[in-house]
Amino acid sequence: MSAAAPELQVLAQDSHLVEALRAGDERAFLGLVRNLHAAMIRFARGFLHSHATAEDVVQDTWAVVLEDIDRFEGRSTLRSWIFGILANLARTRATRDGRAIPLSALGPEQDEPAVDPAEFLSPTHPRWAGHWAKWPEPWPEEQLLSRETLAHVRDAIDRLPEGQRAVIQLRDVEGWSSQEVCESLGLSEINQRVLLHRARSRVRREIARHVERRNP
Amino acid sequence: MSRALPADLDCIVAVEQVTDYLEGALPLEARTEFEQHLVTCPGCLIYLRQVRAQVAASGKLGEAQPLAEDVTRKLLEMFHASRGG
Repeated sequence: MSAAAPELQVLAQDSHLVEALRAGDERAFLGLVRNLHAAMIRFARGFLHSHATAEDVVQDTWAVVLEDIDRFEGRSTLRSWIFGILANLARTRATRDGRAIPLSALGPEQDEPAVDPAEFLSPTHPRWAGHWAKWPEPWPEEQLLSRETLAHVRDAIDRLPEGQRAVIQLRDVEGWSSQEVCESLGLSEINQRVLLHRARSRVRREIARHVERRNP
Repeated sequence: MSRALPADLDCIVAVEQVTDYLEGALPLEARTEFEQHLVTCPGCLIYLRQVRAQVAASGKLGEAQPLAEDVTRKLLEMFHASRGG
C-alpha cells in the first residue's frame, strides 16, 4: 500500500492545531498566522489589486476563522477552509468596489492553445504535420531562477484571468494539492486541471519570450 | 489484438496533455502513448522539462515573509477576544 496521501497527513496535523486554537493557545495561532498570512495577502491581491484592501480582507478572514473555528468539522484541510472564506470575502469586496468578478469567472474560459500553432509545422506538411517546426530551447536553470526572471513569472501570474490565477497560485506558488484547491475554490477536478493547464501554458509562453530575448 | 505500431502523437496534441500527464490524470493508454512520444521527440521532452522547471521556479515566489509587528499585535488581540479573554 502507498503511504498516506499528503492530504491525510495535513488533516492529522490540523486536528491538533484546531484543538489548540479552540483552547486559546496563542503560540498555535501565531504559528498558523506565520504560515498563512503572507500567502493570504498574495491571494487576496489577485482579486483586489490594492495592498491595503487585501490586508483588510485578510484581517476580516481571520475574524471569521476565529468566530467559526468551533464549527470547523475537518472535512477539508484547515488552510483550504480558510482560503475558501478568504476567496468569498475577496470576491464580495471586489464586487462592492466595482471590480465585479462573477463566480463563473472561476470556470474555464474559451479555448486557447498551449503553444502558438505557428510553432508547429502546418497540417499540410507531408511527413511532420503538427510536429515542432523548431524545438523549444532548454532554459538554463540559473537564468530561470534569477531575480529578474522570477519577477517576470510573478507578473505573468498577476496578469492571468482570476480563475487561472487563483489555481496556479495555490498549486504552484503555495504548493497545494489539487484536492485542497478544489475544496477551497469549489472547483471540480476537471475544471481545476483546465485552469491550471491554461495558466501554466500562458506563464510558460511569457518565460520563453523572456529567456529567448536574453539569448538571441 | 493488432501488433501494428501505434501512430505517433503529434507534438501539437502532446503539449495539450502535459498538465494531465503531470497530474497523473491521463488514462493508461494515453499515458503510454505520451511517454512513447517523449522517447522519440526531443522537442516535447524539452517542453516537459520547461514546465517542470517553471513549476519549481513558481514555488520560489511563495516563500514566507516576516509579519509586521502591528499586524501580529492586532491579530493576537482578535484571537484573545474571540477566546473570551
